[in-house]
Amino acid sequence: MPNMSLKKVQMPEQDPNVRNKNFKEVALGYTEEMAVEEAKRCLNCKNRPCVSGCPVNVKIPEFISLIAEGRFEEAYLKIKETNNLPAICGRVCPQENQCEKYCVRGKKGEPVGIGRLERFAADWYMAHREPETPEIPKNNKKVAVIGSGPAGLTCAADLAKMGYSVTIFEAFHTPGGVLMYGIPEFRLPKDLVQREIDIVKKLGVEIKTNMVVGKSVTIDELMEEGYEAIFIGSGAGLPNFMGIPGENLNGVYSANEFLTRINLMKAYLYPEVDTPIKVGRNVAVVGGGNVAMDAARSAKRLGAENVYIVYRRSEAEMPARLEEIHHAKDEGIIFKFLTNPVRILGTDDGWVKGMECIEMELGEPDKSGRRRPIPKKGSEHVIDVDTVIIAIGQSPNPLIKSTTPGLKTHEWGGIVVDEETGATSIPGVFAGGDAVTGAATVILAMGAGKKAAAAIDRYLKSKSA
Amino acid sequence: MFKILEKRVLNPDVKLMVVDAPVVAKKAEPGQFIILRVREGGERIPLTIADYDRNKGTVTIIFQEVGKTTKLLGSLNEGDYILDFVGPLGQPSHLENVKRAAVIGGGLGTAIAYPQAKKLHSMGAYVDAITGFRNKDLIILEDEMKKVCNRLFITTDDGSNGNKGFVTDVLKKLLDEGTQYDLVIAIGPLVMMKAVSNLTRPYGIKTIVSMNPIMVDGTGMCGGCRVTVGGEVKFACVDGPDFDGHLVDFDEAIRRQAMYKKEERQSLEAHECKLGGIGNA
Ligand SMILES: Cc1cc2nc3c(=O)[nH]c(=O)nc-3n(C[C@H](O)[C@H](O)[C@H](O)COP(=O)(O)OP(=O)(O)OC[C@H]3O[C@@H](n4cnc5c(N)ncnc54)[C@H](O)[C@@H]3O)c2cc1C
Ligand SMILES: Cc1cc2nc3c(=O)[nH]c(=O)nc-3n(C[C@H](O)[C@H](O)[C@H](O)COP(=O)(O)OP(=O)(O)OC[C@H]3O[C@@H](n4cnc5c(N)ncnc54)[C@H](O)[C@@H]3O)c2cc1C
Ligand code: SF4
Ligand code: FES
Repeated sequence: MPNMSLKKVQMPEQDPNVRNKNFKEVALGYTEEMAVEEAKRCLNCKNRPCVSGCPVNVKIPEFISLIAEGRFEEAYLKIKETNNLPAICGRVCPQENQCEKYCVRGKKGEPVGIGRLERFAADWYMAHREPETPEIPKNNKKVAVIGSGPAGLTCAADLAKMGYSVTIFEAFHTPGGVLMYGIPEFRLPKDLVQREIDIVKKLGVEIKTNMVVGKSVTIDELMEEGYEAIFIGSGAGLPNFMGIPGENLNGVYSANEFLTRINLMKAYLYPEVDTPIKVGRNVAVVGGGNVAMDAARSAKRLGAENVYIVYRRSEAEMPARLEEIHHAKDEGIIFKFLTNPVRILGTDDGWVKGMECIEMELGEPDKSGRRRPIPKKGSEHVIDVDTVIIAIGQSPNPLIKSTTPGLKTHEWGGIVVDEETGATSIPGVFAGGDAVTGAATVILAMGAGKKAAAAIDRYLKSKSA
Repeated sequence: MFKILEKRVLNPDVKLMVVDAPVVAKKAEPGQFIILRVREGGERIPLTIADYDRNKGTVTIIFQEVGKTTKLLGSLNEGDYILDFVGPLGQPSHLENVKRAAVIGGGLGTAIAYPQAKKLHSMGAYVDAITGFRNKDLIILEDEMKKVCNRLFITTDDGSNGNKGFVTDVLKKLLDEGTQYDLVIAIGPLVMMKAVSNLTRPYGIKTIVSMNPIMVDGTGMCGGCRVTVGGEVKFACVDGPDFDGHLVDFDEAIRRQAMYKKEERQSLEAHECKLGGIGNA
C-alpha cells in the first residue's frame, strides 16, 4: 500500500533559535522508520519522470523501492551506480528544480522527498558499512586532474576505476573545492566530505595539495612529465564585485573570503584557530543565491544581530535552493527584495557604516527570461549596517588560461569545450564543472567530470590503438 | 611537509630559514611569494621568496616576528617541518632593460628588496641600495646587499650607526646631487613606500612598490587582497604584489591593513599566555 499522505515525512531539524548560534548540521536526517514511510509515497512510476530531471540519472524509483523494503545497503549501492557522492548530493542538490520537480506526487501535494531519501541511504551506509578497497588492475597510464571539487573528484574516481593512475593537483591545503571552503558545516558537514574524499583515495587516486597549476606547475609541464591526459576542474573562484563606491572599505567582504575564512580556516573557532573573522552587529549580504544564503546564515551564527539579504529581484526569482531560503527565514534572516545597493558609506577611519540602496521594480523579461529589475527613481534609502558581504557570483579564475597558450576561453572566462566530451582546444586536455559553465551546481559539475572521464578513456584508447 | 634545512637569526625579530621546497624553487623569480601554514589550525600567511636555489630545491624566507603565526614559525628549528608551503605566487618583477636603479628597503622590506637587487645586479644594471632601520641592532642583510649593489647606504632612525635619517633623506640627496635612475624599487612599510613614491613623482622616475595586503588564498579567489591602483581594483596576489607606486592608493591600503589589528593582538596575547609571557616566547 503506498502512503498517500500529501506531505513529505518531516525531517527533524535543530530548533531555529538554537541552530542559528551553532555550526552543527541543521537538518538531522530521517530515521529508518521515517525513511521507509517516505519511500512508500513513491508510486514506482513506469515512465520514471523523476529520473529525467536528474543530471546523472540516478535510478530513483529503484533505490526508493529498496528503501521501502528496508534493503538500505542495496539502495545505497543502486544510487552509487551513477552517483559518486550521494551523501553530498542528498544534502545540497536543488531537488525542487531537478528530480522532485517532475515527481507525479508533486502534482497534488508535495513530491516524494527524493533528496532526503538519497541522503538517508548514504548516511545509513556510512554508519553501518566500511567502504572496501577495491582491487583494480592498473593500465600504467597517467592522468592529471586539476582541482579537487566535485568535478575533479568524480572524474578522478571514474578514471581510477578504469585502471588509470590519477593524480589530483589542488591549490589549497585541503581537497574538496567549494564543498570544503564554500558550503558551511551546518549544511554539509566537513567530515562527511572528508570521508567521500577518502573513498576516492582508496581507489588509488593521489592528491597533491599546495599545487597551484599555472604557478607551481603548468599544464604543458604536466604533459612533459608524462601525464597523457589532463582534466581541468578548477571551478569558478574569481569573486565578482559590483563596482560601486565604498566597496574597498573595511568590513566589505567577498562571499568567497568570508566563507573561506569560516569553512576552510574555521574562523568561527577563533581564537582557538589563528584565522580571524570580523562580523559586525548589522550585516548586509548582497545577492540571492546559495552563496548569499550561506553567508547570511553564517553571519547570524557568528553573532550578528540583524542580517539582511539584499536582492534586486523578487523572491520568485531567487536562485537559492528553496529549503535554504526557508531555513534562512526561520533563523531570522531579514529579506529585502527588489532592493539594489548603489553605494557603501564609510566612517572617517574607513569602516562601513551603512549601505545606500534603491528600490527596484520588475520590467519586461530579459535574455535570461527573468523580468528585468528597474530602479525606482527617488527611492534611495540607507540601511544601517557595519558589514557588507558581496555574493553576486563568481567567474572562472584566469590563472590557468593565462599560463596555457592555446587554451580557448569565452570572453567571460569559461573554458570552451565540446559539450559531449569536455574536450578543450588542446588535444588531451579536457575540462568541466564551474570552470566551463561558470558558477553552477555540484551535480552538474559531477556530471561533467563523469562525461570527461569516459571521453578521456576513449581518447587514450584510440591514441594507443 | 616542508623541512627547514637552515635557520639564522638576523636580528632579535627577524629570522631567515632555508626550506626544502623543490616545486617552488624550480619556478621562483624575484618579486614572487609563497603562502605557508605552520600547523593544523594555523593561518595562511604570505612571505616573499628572499632567495632560491634551483639545484638544491630550496627556498629562503626572511620574516619578522610580528604576530602569532610568525612567532610560531620563528620558534621552529632546523629539522622541523612546515605543514604547507605553496608557490611561487604573484607576478615576477619586471626588471628588463633597467640600466640604473635604486633599490630601497625599509626594515624587513630589505629582505623583500634583496632578490630584486640581486637580479638587477646579475643583469648588469648599476644598483644603489638604500636600507633603513630603527637602530643599528636591527640592521639585516648588510653583507648580502653589499655583494649585489654598487653602493649601499644604511640609515637608522636614531642615528646609532652614525647615519641618522630616513631612506627618503638619502634618496633625496642622491637625486639632488643629480644621480640618474630609470627605476626605483621601494619596499617596506606602507608609509615609507608612500613617501618614496611622493618623492620620485616630481622627478618622473618610475617607482615600483611591493604591496602587502592581508591575503587568504593567494590565487585570486577571495578578493581580500584588493588594492586600488590608478583607480582600478587589483588583486595583489595575482596582479602584483609589485605595482606602480605613483598609482597606488596608499591611504586606502593603510586603512585596510588595520582591519584585523584587534583580533591579531588578542590572538598573540592568547599565544603568549600559553608560552608563559613574551620573555619566554
Ligand atoms: C557558498 C556556496 C554554496 C553553494 N551551494 C550549493 C548548493 O547548495 N547546491 C549545489 O548544487 N551547488 C552549490 N554551490 C555551487 C557548487 O558548489 C559548485 O557548482 C561546484 O562546487 C563546482 O564544482 P567544481 O568541481 O567545478 O569546482 P570547485 O568546487 O570550485 O572546485 C575547484 C577546485 O579547484 C581548485 N583550483 C582552482 N584553481 C586551481 C589551480 N590553478 N590549480 C590547482 N587547483 C585549483 C580549487 O581550490 C578547488 O578546490 C555552491 C557554491 C558556493 C560557493
Ligand atoms: C606578498 C607579501 C609578501 C610578504 N613578505 C613578507 C616577508 O618576506 N617577510 C615578512 O616578515 N613579512 C612579509 N609579509 C607580511 C607577512 O605576511 C605578515 O607579517 C604576516 O602575515 C603576519 O602574520 P602573524 O600571524 O605573525 O601576525 P598577525 O597577528 O597576523 O599580524 C600582526 C601585525 O601584522 C599586520 N599584518 C597582518 N597581515 C599582514 C600582511 N599580510 N602584511 C603586512 N602586515 C600584516 C597586522 O596588521 C598586525 O599589525 C608579506 C606580506 C605579503 C602580502
Ligand atoms: S516520479 Fe515520484 S512517484 Fe514517480 S517514481 Fe519518481 S519519485 Fe516515485
Ligand atoms: S589573497 Fe585572495 S584574492 Fe588575493
